[in-house]
Amino acid sequence: MILVYVETAGGQATEVSLEAVTFARSLAAAGGGIPVDAVVVGPMGDAVPKELAEHGVRTVLHADSPKLATFSGAAAASAVLAARAQQKAVVLMAGGTNRGNEVMARVATRLDAAMAANVVAFSSLSPFTVTRQVVGGAAMEELVLPKRPAVFTVAGHAVEATPAEGAGSGDVVALPLQLTDDDLAVRAVSVEPVDTKAAGSLKSARVVVGAGRGAGGPEGFGDVVELAELLGGQLGVSRVVTSLGWRPHHEQVGQTGSRIAPELYVPCGISGAIQHWAGCASSKTIVAINTDPDAPMMTKATYSVVGDMHEVVPAIVQEIRARRG
Amino acid sequence: MRVLVCVKRVPDFSGEVLLRDDAQAADARFVGYTLSNHDLCAVETAVQLAAATGGEATVLTVGEAESVEQLRTALGVGCTAATLVEADPVALGPADVAREIAAVVRDHEAAAAAYDLVLLGNDAADSGDFQVGIRLAHELGRPVVTGIKTVAVDGDALRLEGDGPEGRETFRVPAPAVVTVLEGGVEPRYPTITGRMKAKKVPVEMRAAAGAATGSGRLRLTLPAVAGSSATVLGEGPEAAGAVVDLFEQLGVTR
Ligand SMILES: Cc1cc2nc3c(=O)[nH]c(=O)nc-3n(C[C@H](O)[C@H](O)[C@H](O)COP(=O)(O)OP(=O)(O)OC[C@H]3O[C@@H](n4cnc5c(N)ncnc54)[C@H](O)[C@@H]3O)c2cc1C
Ligand SMILES: Nc1ncnc2c1ncn2[C@@H]1O[C@H](COP(=O)(O)O)[C@@H](O)[C@H]1O
Repeated sequence: MILVYVETAGGQATEVSLEAVTFARSLAAAGGGIPVDAVVVGPMGDAVPKELAEHGVRTVLHADSPKLATFSGAAAASAVLAARAQQKAVVLMAGGTNRGNEVMARVATRLDAAMAANVVAFSSLSPFTVTRQVVGGAAMEELVLPKRPAVFTVAGHAVEATPAEGAGSGDVVALPLQLTDDDLAVRAVSVEPVDTKAAGSLKSARVVVGAGRGAGGPEGFGDVVELAELLGGQLGVSRVVTSLGWRPHHEQVGQTGSRIAPELYVPCGISGAIQHWAGCASSKTIVAINTDPDAPMMTKATYSVVGDMHEVVPAIVQEIRARRG
Repeated sequence: MRVLVCVKRVPDFSGEVLLRDDAQAADARFVGYTLSNHDLCAVETAVQLAAATGGEATVLTVGEAESVEQLRTALGVGCTAATLVEADPVALGPADVAREIAAVVRDHEAAAAAYDLVLLGNDAADSGDFQVGIRLAHELGRPVVTGIKTVAVDGDALRLEGDGPEGRETFRVPAPAVVTVLEGGVEPRYPTITGRMKAKKVPVEMRAAAGAATGSGRLRLTLPAVAGSSATVLGEGPEAAGAVVDLFEQLGVTR
């Protein structure tokens, strides 16, 4: 079988985990219909097995213990290895989050196997050949994973999570796990919920107004902040902006910042480098504002306005205020 | 506290990414080389810890002889010793790199220069393997924490902070340990003129690779296809504001 390490948050499987399950299904089909099982470590919401079944999972192997209340990468890897030993997995995989990558790297290391991070496609089952994102998605690498089980993660948002045609049963089976000292050596001693004004709400914001190098300097963000406030949204920025110290890092959107999925994203003066795009590609509608009509953000957006953000954004702000009366 | 920080020489990807003709690596001829942001933050963390504890920060890289340029960058901001393990970077896989770093850690320890902490970047800007730190910790039999933003000394342990999916996480880990750093927790400093002068005088320990490279399984690199424009142009300049706000109203975001 194919085993997917599933992350949960707020009592649900994460989107990236469901994407990984969807990828696993296409791999299973190519392999002649091998089953897809999932392993969940720690507290699991009631909705999770049903969700996973809808996405084609046969069995949910659940490793739970009070000691697993907070994440431990080593314990999660032990759970994946225990599930694999029980069920003879040919593929071990996870979503390409920092956590998914950590757990699979630990699993591969303990199996003395290779691990491919951020896979987007497979091209052959024998030898098992995958394509993965490198340079944050600006280039692709084709590589062979020679050993069984093959270990890899699926790049976030590389495939869309879709329900299976024939749902799996999603039966939950308790996975017995003898936790060792090594498994529990590194555990978070405290978790402080994110500041609702910071990264957390950027990730869940309905509207994000973005600003990049085009803002021109630390004093160039007044208009975009005002527009974000008028739309009840949040400010998101490019890495150039945080690297130059114009705005704090928690506002960064992209591969090494937050991945956002708002109804509306309004990137202003952002070129749309692939690493930035990685963080905003899931936006429903993108309205790009840029002086360069050929900037990647302008060609990939849903709508574009060619112009200086310092003229266009104030005009939009004024127009909204005028219509509100 | 003695800290080892591992850095990788990577092409500067701030502009367009080009590939070498053999499709085995990015072509850095026109852009030059640099350190990834995560590695720069790891260096900064190492230097701050050394300063706070009256300790030392050593920088290490595995790669071509020219990587001495990246070691000098780290020496220029406060590392005081440097090691270069010479190897063909294209032939190395993440397990090879981890094994080479582990060999240096063991040798230095045998020479009475043990490390309380080994810092790495969470993932390299070019290969993005997300695993050298984990493999290294396994080789050394030490605990590893990934994706950390800040490191502080807390008695005989380390206090680490990072951003997990549920919020800010704090870890307490006994030394010696391996920690991988994500950008965003510290602000990397730039080398000063005196820093650069000092860096030039530090001898770099040159070593041969301890073992033969097993590679990464790479067949080839490719560049993703660029699609044509799919955007609807709403207008030019401030005159487009009306059309933009019409659209916002349609989307129901203007309240
Ligand atoms: C491993 C790796 C990870 C990375 N992670 C991230 C990440 O998470 N997030 C991220 O954003 N980047 C990331 N980057 C960096 C990325 O490659 C780009 O360098 C960065 O996104 C560019 O930021 P920018 O668009 O603000 O600047 P630029 O690329 O310089 O673009 C500025 C844009 O503003 C336009 N402009 C200039 N003046 C005006 C004006 N007055 N009005 C309107 N438009 C104007 C220009 O036409 C241009 O299109 C990463 C890079 C690497 C190698
Ligand atoms: N050749 C190398 N020499 C020294 N350190 C390296 C090398 N390759 C990777 N690293 C370190 O390991 C981290 C993670 O790399 P990776 O697992 O390849 O994504 C990097 O950020 C570096 O700190």
